[in-house]
Amino acid sequence: MPKQGAIGALGNLSSKRSAKYGMYLTAVIVLFALIILPPILGIALKWGSIAYVLGRRDLLSRSLIAVQNSFTIALLVSALGVIAGIPLAWVIARSKSKWIKIVDTLADIPFIVPTSVLGYSLLLFWSLPEGLSSLFESSIVSPGWLLIMLLHFTFSYPVIVRVVVGALLDYKREYENAARTLGAPPFVAARTVTFSVIKPSLIAAFILAFARSISETGATFIVAGAFENGPVFIQHMKESLSQGAITQAEYDGATVFTSFMLIIVALLIFLVIRIVGPKLKLPVKKIYPAVEGKLSYTKACLSRNIVTLLVFFLIVLVPSLFVARTAFSAILTDTFAESVSGSGIWGEYWQSLALSYILAGVVTLLNVLIGLPMAILIARKRLGSLFSAVLDLLVNVPLVVPSIALGVSLRGFWKETVAFAPEMLLLIFAHLAITYPYFVKSMSAAVERISIDMEDASRTLGAKPLIVFKTIVLPLTKYSILSGAIMVFTRSVSETGATIAVVSTLKTAPVVLVDWVTHPSQFTASQRGLGSGFLMFFSFLILLALRLAIREKGRY
Amino acid sequence: MPDVRVVNVSKRFGKVVALDNVSLHIKEHEYFSLLGPSGCGKTTLLRLIAGLIRPDQGEIYIGNRLVNDVPPEERDIGFVFQTFALFPHMNAWNNVTYGPRVKGFDMVKAETIGHEVLEMVKLHERLDAFPNELSGGMMQRIAVARALAAGAKLLLLDEPLGQLDAKVRADLRYEIRRMAKDLELTAIHVTHDQSEAMAISDRIAVMRKGKIIQVGTPNELYMEPASIFVAHFIGESNFLEGYALNSDNEGMLVELRKNVKVHAKRNNINSGQKVVLAVRPEIFSVEKEKKEEENVIPGVVERTTFEGTTIRYEVKLINQDLVVIVKPSMTEKWLKVGEQVFVSFPPEKAHVFLYPERGLKDEISVE
Ligand SMILES: Nc1ncnc2c1ncn2[C@@H]1O[C@H](COP(=O)(O)OP(=O)(O)O)[C@@H](O)[C@H]1O
Ligand SMILES: [Mg+2]
Repeated sequence: MPKQGAIGALGNLSSKRSAKYGMYLTAVIVLFALIILPPILGIALKWGSIAYVLGRRDLLSRSLIAVQNSFTIALLVSALGVIAGIPLAWVIARSKSKWIKIVDTLADIPFIVPTSVLGYSLLLFWSLPEGLSSLFESSIVSPGWLLIMLLHFTFSYPVIVRVVVGALLDYKREYENAARTLGAPPFVAARTVTFSVIKPSLIAAFILAFARSISETGATFIVAGAFENGPVFIQHMKESLSQGAITQAEYDGATVFTSFMLIIVALLIFLVIRIVGPKLKLPVKKIYPAVEGKLSYTKACLSRNIVTLLVFFLIVLVPSLFVARTAFSAILTDTFAESVSGSGIWGEYWQSLALSYILAGVVTLLNVLIGLPMAILIARKRLGSLFSAVLDLLVNVPLVVPSIALGVSLRGFWKETVAFAPEMLLLIFAHLAITYPYFVKSMSAAVERISIDMEDASRTLGAKPLIVFKTIVLPLTKYSILSGAIMVFTRSVSETGATIAVVSTLKTAPVVLVDWVTHPSQFTASQRGLGSGFLMFFSFLILLALRLAIREKGRY
Repeated sequence: MPDVRVVNVSKRFGKVVALDNVSLHIKEHEYFSLLGPSGCGKTTLLRLIAGLIRPDQGEIYIGNRLVNDVPPEERDIGFVFQTFALFPHMNAWNNVTYGPRVKGFDMVKAETIGHEVLEMVKLHERLDAFPNELSGGMMQRIAVARALAAGAKLLLLDEPLGQLDAKVRADLRYEIRRMAKDLELTAIHVTHDQSEAMAISDRIAVMRKGKIIQVGTPNELYMEPASIFVAHFIGESNFLEGYALNSDNEGMLVELRKNVKVHAKRNNINSGQKVVLAVRPEIFSVEKEKKEEENVIPGVVERTTFEGTTIRYEVKLINQDLVVIVKPSMTEKWLKVGEQVFVSFPPEKAHVFLYPERGLKDEISVE
């Protein structure tokens, strides 16, 4: 007999149907209780306050215009992002050069910079006298819609590239070879075959970029100037409330109304994409041999690669890193000594930084615990394929709900239901809801890639389900678990919008930084630069450590 | 018109030498097979000819045109992939007409060709089906139809029957050959299955470890294998170790173990050399009484296996060598285990090879 420890007992338990279904049931209940219902109920509970905003024409029209701006920007940015991301993804996936690995790694940088810091960095680069504008008489890009678009482009781009590179690497190259042997020049083969086959990933990239653009608050607020999209409008309302310009009821109404509009329209758009997407045919029928032939070969390719890399470096990478420059010069000043000693404003700063990392760690751990059963449930269709499809769609809900709206709803929900919920708990729940889709989506894809034959083989060799999980599923998906964890961690550390909405006393690092950046008169440039720099530096170190743990094989 | 010449071509993948200085001439209208154990470089050679990969050294000519720098889409070829590589997002009809469309044929012409090739593979009624709705055999025929539709005169097939079950495979191989012949194509067919290559090819190149070791008609390869490996890989052979003695009128005299002397086909191996005698199982006669004078070795039947058309004996010869002998099962009297027999063979059908330096086992291993 094999030794009968706790593992053995659990193993036996795992063979029992009741135990297995108990676990899946728990996963489903957690999904509804913590991830899906709170945001929706939170709005429903405050529904009555909408009357107050309907009574104020000025707020109503501001809100509607803001919502419209949100969607215009999201559509434009995601479309541009996908168009611009495809060539870089192509170069990364197809180039055999070693240098491309560096570009590949660099492409992650805007993803690891907390969005509020990113916003500040872009503001410095494009608008403030320290940046690009120093070369010219006035700002190149003033805060406003164009700067918002640049910002959203910058943080969407790495996610899009990551998704498309993954799809291209998984894609069976043989299809493209087949097209070539049938007479299709490379450009035609890519257009009619490769990108048609990986279309689901292109759509997924578009949706991720879109959802992020709709929901991002912290950084957008920094670069918005007087321009308002949905999240910025809610942020302005919050300020008006604290200045006493509007009543609590009007604030609630404006927030609930705006959130509701953002959620409903976003869901409608996703529904349309879900229905139309699969039917949407890339134009595979029409082929223009002469023009497309010309586009296929050396000269056209070379100029395409150059433009791609220029866009990446000049529009994405350099502006994202620009803030580091101020941090470097700040090191030589008293500010640095002050900051290290933690005096003055820095005491609060270090506390917030610690809170951010603790929060991210807790949220990551919780995700692994409650997200993994859900991922397996979805990937293995354990409760029937229709139910799995529904779950798969529902998991997306927090992704499509704008994060500031999510925060507002969550706050409403938990405050009403659990009157004395500590803020830390609210924070954890909010971050859990926001990060959950990232983890579950990437894990269920990874589990799906493991051939079920392998699990079956292990079962026929006598392994109990839990042992199968430990010996087959876990080792084979360990890189995906790690990279899923990295996404969750990054997202949590950089999350601003929902956090601002949820908390009133606790402050995470992005919350503090937004405060610093939006009150320029109270804080110096070197303080702001150093504050951003520390957050970036430590996040980078943590990610680097995780990356080293993942080594070569982990791509995220 | 496409004959194909491969001249001193080499290709490495990192440390692996996939092709080592290979030369080959495939004639126009020929149905030619590349045969060898898996990993010997067949696919690599085919992909080089298609232009999907580029040679490190050497030249490739298609119909007298040097194509080293010509991309695959301009080589005017049809390629049938091992996994078929049917475009999953297109139905059978769009798969088949893809070639004519990307080559810029007008719609009417593209459609005419589409109908023609689908007619040819007898899958006209399934033109709306997507690849995942087709059986393996159907996918294979669509893959062939698609390769033919582009109008190429050179057809390259990479283990086109490898994914199919035995029965379908046997039917389809003749069909492919017939189509290639009807359309007057030059075809290069990659396979690791010697019976498939023997059945359909005009000529075969036997490959091993990145090299071509013999080119010939199926008949030549079977009757006159140029090496122990070919004698083993094509059909089946018994290998008996011995030493070469002198040659005389009846052929080369070989001394097997325990001083048993037999004649084999004449050869220019010097006497005294260690050699291997290769004899095919069906060449042996096996009798209960001694009828012949020459090349007779006594032995005992150790095992019999009924195989349907044939019956297979394992006979322990007097010198302790074990040989396999195959006889038709319906027309001959069966022998029993333990029976004393006399085994003989005609000298001109037994081939002598130098004993391989690295040993017999290694020489015939397919890795
Ligand atoms: N793209 C590749 N990268 C690395 N090694 C390869 C590649 N293609 C083939 N090889 C190696 O080259 C050798 C020949 O492969 P291949 O031509 O596919 O053999 P065959 O088709 O005869 O089975 C094998 O050792 C294989 O592992
Ligand atoms: Mg092969």
